[in-house]
Amino acid sequence: MHIHFLDPYQPRLSPVHRLDPRVKFVLAVAFILTTAITPPGAWPVYILLLAIVLAVEILSDLGVGYVLRRSMLAIPFVLAAFPVIFTLEGLTVFSLDIGPWMLTASQPGLERFISIALKSWISVQAAIILAGSTPFPDLLVAMRAVKVPRLLVAIFGLMWRYLFVMVDEAMRLLRARAARSGHADRSDLKPGGKLVWRGRMAGGMAGSLFLRAFERSDRIYMAMAARGYNGEVHSFALPSLSPANWLVLGLSLAVLLILLIISILIFG
Amino acid sequence: MYSSIEVEKLSYSYPDGHVALREVSLNISPCEKVALVGPNGAGKSTLILNLNGILRGQGKISVAGLELNEKNLGRVRACVGLVFQSPDDQLFSPTVFEDVAFGPLYQGYPEVEVRQRVKEALAVVGMSDYVGRVSHHLSVGEKKRIAIATVLSMKPELLVLDEPTAGLDPRARRSLINLLRELPITMLISTHDMLMVRELFPRMVIMDEGYIVADGETLELMENEALLSAHGLEKP
Amino acid sequence: MLYAPVPSPEPMHIPDGFLSVTVSVILWGISIIVIAYALKRVNADLGERQIPLMGVLAAAIFAGQMLNFTVAGGTSGHLMGAAIATILLGPWAAVLVMTTVISIQALIFQDGGMLALGANIFNMAVIGVAVSYVAYTTIVSLTSNRKWGVFMGGFLSAWSSIVVTSLAVALQLALSGTSPANLAVPAMAAIHAIIGIGEGLITVGALALVYSTRPDLLKLGQAGPKGGKLVWVIGLLLAIGLAILSPLASANPDGLERVAEQKGFLGIAKGPIYEVIPDYVLPGISNEALATILAGVLGVIIVFGVALAVAYMRRSRQVSGD
Repeated sequence: MHIHFLDPYQPRLSPVHRLDPRVKFVLAVAFILTTAITPPGAWPVYILLLAIVLAVEILSDLGVGYVLRRSMLAIPFVLAAFPVIFTLEGLTVFSLDIGPWMLTASQPGLERFISIALKSWISVQAAIILAGSTPFPDLLVAMRAVKVPRLLVAIFGLMWRYLFVMVDEAMRLLRARAARSGHADRSDLKPGGKLVWRGRMAGGMAGSLFLRAFERSDRIYMAMAARGYNGEVHSFALPSLSPANWLVLGLSLAVLLILLIISILIFG
Repeated sequence: MYSSIEVEKLSYSYPDGHVALREVSLNISPCEKVALVGPNGAGKSTLILNLNGILRGQGKISVAGLELNEKNLGRVRACVGLVFQSPDDQLFSPTVFEDVAFGPLYQGYPEVEVRQRVKEALAVVGMSDYVGRVSHHLSVGEKKRIAIATVLSMKPELLVLDEPTAGLDPRARRSLINLLRELPITMLISTHDMLMVRELFPRMVIMDEGYIVADGETLELMENEALLSAHGLEKP
Repeated sequence: MLYAPVPSPEPMHIPDGFLSVTVSVILWGISIIVIAYALKRVNADLGERQIPLMGVLAAAIFAGQMLNFTVAGGTSGHLMGAAIATILLGPWAAVLVMTTVISIQALIFQDGGMLALGANIFNMAVIGVAVSYVAYTTIVSLTSNRKWGVFMGGFLSAWSSIVVTSLAVALQLALSGTSPANLAVPAMAAIHAIIGIGEGLITVGALALVYSTRPDLLKLGQAGPKGGKLVWVIGLLLAIGLAILSPLASANPDGLERVAEQKGFLGIAKGPIYEVIPDYVLPGISNEALATILAGVLGVIIVFGVALAVAYMRRSRQVSGD
């Protein structure tokens, strides 16, 4: 009963999966950066960015439905940008009369809100495609290639390795708690306990998770030391990129650059 | 007739599509002690997790005449004392007392009653002196006993244990077997320890690939070596 | 509930699209400097033991964020972890552990954006840890290391780390023109003053378990490098600064907006180059709205056409290959 489905990587044979992870990583970041720089209200550029990301979804065989379902994760945060509709000044689009308040939606306000929502939605899809089409060890290679410190990459790698172990432990703890969270056969008793007690119990679970993590890290260190580990992170040199990968990288960056120029020149 | 637990055509598949239980039916009478055996992946743990609604499959489960549904879930959980394989998962409080008190406190019992129940439960497993101890520092055998006390304090209708003797040294195993023998309570125990099964459990249920393939008297089933070896078991 | 594969997203992890590029880049810069220094400190103090310790602890914090408990009416409290990480590991190692957790959440689970990652690291790993450190060390030394002082310090450091972090998030959203400060600051502060209680309770529970089991781990920084006075001062300044700045910004939201616009926080500032661009988008079509729509539709058709063609070609090649 392990939770493999925690890992968002979906093995497929698509061209997106075959692309070098370094190229994918750089392109995903460049794409998100382009989306971020695109000014509010540059609708054609947003549509093109969305079209690109949807097209890559189709190419990747991940399934547009899968990516869209996952992309809903960012929705709750959109609430944070909601008030901006009513607080920016400009051409009135509509007014809401709520009791003592009068909310006036302005055109720049709506424009900025929709732009923020679109940007966030487009960017999260790019990130989902990257995570869905690249196994984590390949992402670590990409991070090394963009000069993330080796130590940090090694810590990331170790965390990934034990993430599933720890999540399994957390799930078993939750299960053991649920199994004992019963109701009495008496209607005068209110089940659930006090809030502070519930919080402390959850804390106890977290505490025992951390303690076991401490002890586990000791054992892991000993196992590493037993195999000659001395604190140096050794790794193979990165292979050079194939011409095809260079081509994809160059062309895609060029397209993003053109989009960027259009969006700034015309809509900036 | 009154049964401690009644399972009728229970099926369960995991979210990834793997079918773990196929129309399992099982009836246990009060004070019966039943062993659940079978290879890893046979569906034993899945069945156990279904019994108090941690997992919810298709089919009917009744505990002490109480049908398991959304409304009765809390009541059923208190009736089925589920002890997990790793006692570390069960003991998540700083002290033994707090762990054993968890069930009755959650149920909402007043402090006096909770203290009384903790005392009784620890006495039953022979760990009265451990009430103020830190669970983390106990031996595996001691942790197993405390884990059993954490569900006994809820006064369950039946006790369900997952692999109770796994990882115990011979002495701790022997002392646990003696404890299980003396507990006057209905019991369903999933295990690979065939020696313990022969010694302790008059009735044996064999599971494989999600089916109950045999359910009968332990001594009789153990004579059927063809059956045992067909399901990866060995005669002790 | 038991099959929730990913912890529920909190209002703490900012997704992409909500921060202006300027704010994102500046916070990336600060975070990178802090991480680089933390790596140096931790490496000097822990040496070869640091990789397994940091990695496994980061995994534990991630998993620990799944351990929720019912607060009331269907809402549940759970852990962010900056305070407990700081108390158990010391500030520098905690910065690395939280950075690892937040990065993996963004990279793998899209909990928080990639461009916004610098800001999220700054908020949770830098501010969260610094504030936890100040609150915990101050209270523990004031109560001369008594048991109740440890627990009170744990509760307050957890609570204040959540609240101050949320203030930082609100200010960054306001600076980016995403959310007006007079709404975002009080709303975030009010919500997180309550969420912080959950964080505090869990942290105290975890401390209680560690206290009774391995009290040696609770001497701050036992497992990692200690903070020292400088960290304490910086943490205090950060906390006080945010505590003062946010009500000010909240009372005078237009001021912040003006700063944002003048300093070019809102996207790219307009330059003279735009004056050169004629008033239409596609040559030959004078109606701007129509041109816009046409450009969009044309683009979509081209992009989709290429994607579908490639997908189709691959499929037919696979079929003929079989």
